[in-house]
Amino acid sequence: MAAGRVGIVGVGMTKQRSSRRDVTGVELINEAVRAALDDAGIKRKEIDAVVIGNMDHFEGINYVDTWSVDGSGALGKPVMKMTTGGTTGSTVAMGAYYHVASGMFDRVLAIGWEKNSESDTTGAIITAFDPFWDRPTFAGAVAGLALEATLYMSETGATEEDAAYIAVRDRRHALNNPYAHLKMDAKIEDIMATPYLSWPVKLGDMCPRTDGACAVVFSSEAAVAEFPNPPAWVHGVADRHLWAYTSDPYVNQKVVGGTWFPAMERATEELYRKVGITDPLEQIDVAELYLPYSFAGLRYMESLGFCERGGGPALVRSGETDMGGRCPVNPSGGVMSSNAIGATGLLRVAEAALQVQGRAGDRQVPDVKLALATGFGGCYWSDELVLGKDKPEKVRG
Amino acid sequence: MEPVAIIGAGMTDIRRERTSDTYADLVFEACGKALDDAGMTIADVDVVLTGSNDFFDGRTISSMAVMDACGSYDKNVSTVEGDGTFGAAHAVMRVLAGWGTCLYCVHHKGSESVMPLITNAMFDPVFERFLGIEAVTSSALQARAYMDRYGITEEQCAKVSVKNHGNALKNPVAQLAMEISVDDVMSSPYISDPIKLLDCSPVSDGASAIVLAGRERAGAFARKPVWVKGIGYNCDAFHLGDRDLARSDALAAAAKKAYMDAGISEPATEVDIAEVSDVFSYMELMWLEGLGLCGPGEGGALIDSGRTAAGGDMPVNVSGGCLSGNPVLVSGLNRIIECALQVRGDAGARQVEGVGTAVAQGFNGPCGQSQCVWVLGGDV
Repeated sequence: MAAGRVGIVGVGMTKQRSSRRDVTGVELINEAVRAALDDAGIKRKEIDAVVIGNMDHFEGINYVDTWSVDGSGALGKPVMKMTTGGTTGSTVAMGAYYHVASGMFDRVLAIGWEKNSESDTTGAIITAFDPFWDRPTFAGAVAGLALEATLYMSETGATEEDAAYIAVRDRRHALNNPYAHLKMDAKIEDIMATPYLSWPVKLGDMCPRTDGACAVVFSSEAAVAEFPNPPAWVHGVADRHLWAYTSDPYVNQKVVGGTWFPAMERATEELYRKVGITDPLEQIDVAELYLPYSFAGLRYMESLGFCERGGGPALVRSGETDMGGRCPVNPSGGVMSSNAIGATGLLRVAEAALQVQGRAGDRQVPDVKLALATGFGGCYWSDELVLGKDKPEKVRG
Repeated sequence: MEPVAIIGAGMTDIRRERTSDTYADLVFEACGKALDDAGMTIADVDVVLTGSNDFFDGRTISSMAVMDACGSYDKNVSTVEGDGTFGAAHAVMRVLAGWGTCLYCVHHKGSESVMPLITNAMFDPVFERFLGIEAVTSSALQARAYMDRYGITEEQCAKVSVKNHGNALKNPVAQLAMEISVDDVMSSPYISDPIKLLDCSPVSDGASAIVLAGRERAGAFARKPVWVKGIGYNCDAFHLGDRDLARSDALAAAAKKAYMDAGISEPATEVDIAEVSDVFSYMELMWLEGLGLCGPGEGGALIDSGRTAAGGDMPVNVSGGCLSGNPVLVSGLNRIIECALQVRGDAGARQVEGVGTAVAQGFNGPCGQSQCVWVLGGDV
């Protein structure tokens, strides 16, 4: 097969802000694209193909791939749109990876973007769900996550304060990230004092709505030498989009007797097997995780194998996921600080690449060899990628 | 490009309104048929790709509704939004990158869509949308630009409609199989001058699926593999005023790439059949020019010559084309599937003799802005 190794050689992002009234969507995309091309040290003409994603109903643009060519640089090039809801950005990253790994293209530009200020975000998210069975009772992302949080607390004894620790950690990390939207040196009490949106989830536990874009240049092994930056090699990718209905997770846990988040567990198992990870806390040097709200920062550590089931609060409170810990989580400030939804998953990949390349500035974790990036979305879906400093020994699908 | 094979294909009937089925039901039916055709089960599938469009489906993560139906449970799965030719191209990438087999499915329920609103949303919200321009009216501008440039007549466009609706009589999945005359088309009411009712593809429901495999796995299943010899796709300018609407530079570029992959230097003589996205009748003529199957402006003379009729030396849209059933997005994959069936010799009553090389074409965006071309053949 023609399959080849793939490296990330350039990253561009806009500043993440609550409202970018100064630009149209196409101009916002263009900001990230220009930054990525400049970072990679190449011109538009050298890009072989473009992959772009967002969530259509947020901005109300049909066929974003064709609408955005003036900003994306896709004029006269192959362009494809990939969209999977919250996982869109990570799906775009994986899509760009496969564009290159197929041997069909050498230099592929991945773009994720969203202008949430132009959207009714919750209104659009509700339409993701089945019009007959789910939609009448589904009150949007916040309420859905509150159900997960309630179940998690009742199962493990985790507290609201444990979750608030995540909100404090990620927004404190964001102080080091010039692109982040919400930067705060808050305390747990500050998060606890914010109003409830849907118990036990408070305003301070939720990600913001953000305008922003991200672009990443993927290169074939044959072409990486053309670029000034050291490549962040893609060591492996895996995803699971297991479910179609909001009730599926509850059925899985309460009726079938399964775990809460098998999509993340099954994807993790496949990814770690491909990459050879047996002890993630030791082997993974930094993680950029799509945490849509604070409780996810506890629960996902378990599904990602960083600790036993129920061990999330103890692990996080030990400080091992803070800057300076064994595996810092979200040095960028993560999704709790910035959530331009279609860009968010790709930003995790971009941040992981900067860490692997040693180019993350004030948010750099020392000596990163392996970095984990995830995307969350759909109906408790999970996309996962591992990037590495060293060229992977073998080519992995 | 390393060869990838189509080893199974399934299509639902294309119908005006499948009231008894959700679009997930359609996907389940199409995937089952594709797996049966390949002589495999879902357990033999390594990775799944779906195709959908949130606007047409009225759901903001439209692929979520088919996650059960497409059999992707506990498999890697992803979604390409847009025409089936593009989604299937990404499925080819997955196989080339090392996945053994890939199931790709795409669905559309036009009966549940409000087409003018949805296709109006293709246009820029600040500069264009308020004009009310949408798929039919923008295509009418393109048709007029094309006809004026080259002297193509409404009668020549009508001949495409007559040919394709007639071809559909031999295609059991087609929605509008009709024996009609040029006069019937010419006397049908104008929808948007110069496009008349019978120049338009219908609103349709349907789903289709294919199974792809790499060289190592292609021979392991029931069907003789049909080989993907070349794929090219390319995008034109967005604003209609930024383009020469009378020709498709994107299609020419996409075709050039696909032919280069396939080792085709003289497409007009080397291509045996073509399936193109004749969403409006003039498009068949324009796209044949873009594909290099005739010269610029020669589309009208080509339909007059009869060469593209089912019995001609280069039949085009023997399936009946989009004019005889147009589940948007699915239509592109249906073009590929018809080519695969013809190459395989499994096209039933509409089988063309001796199809060695077949070309399929689909597009995304207004007036065929983003174009994709596939070349299929029987040998590696």
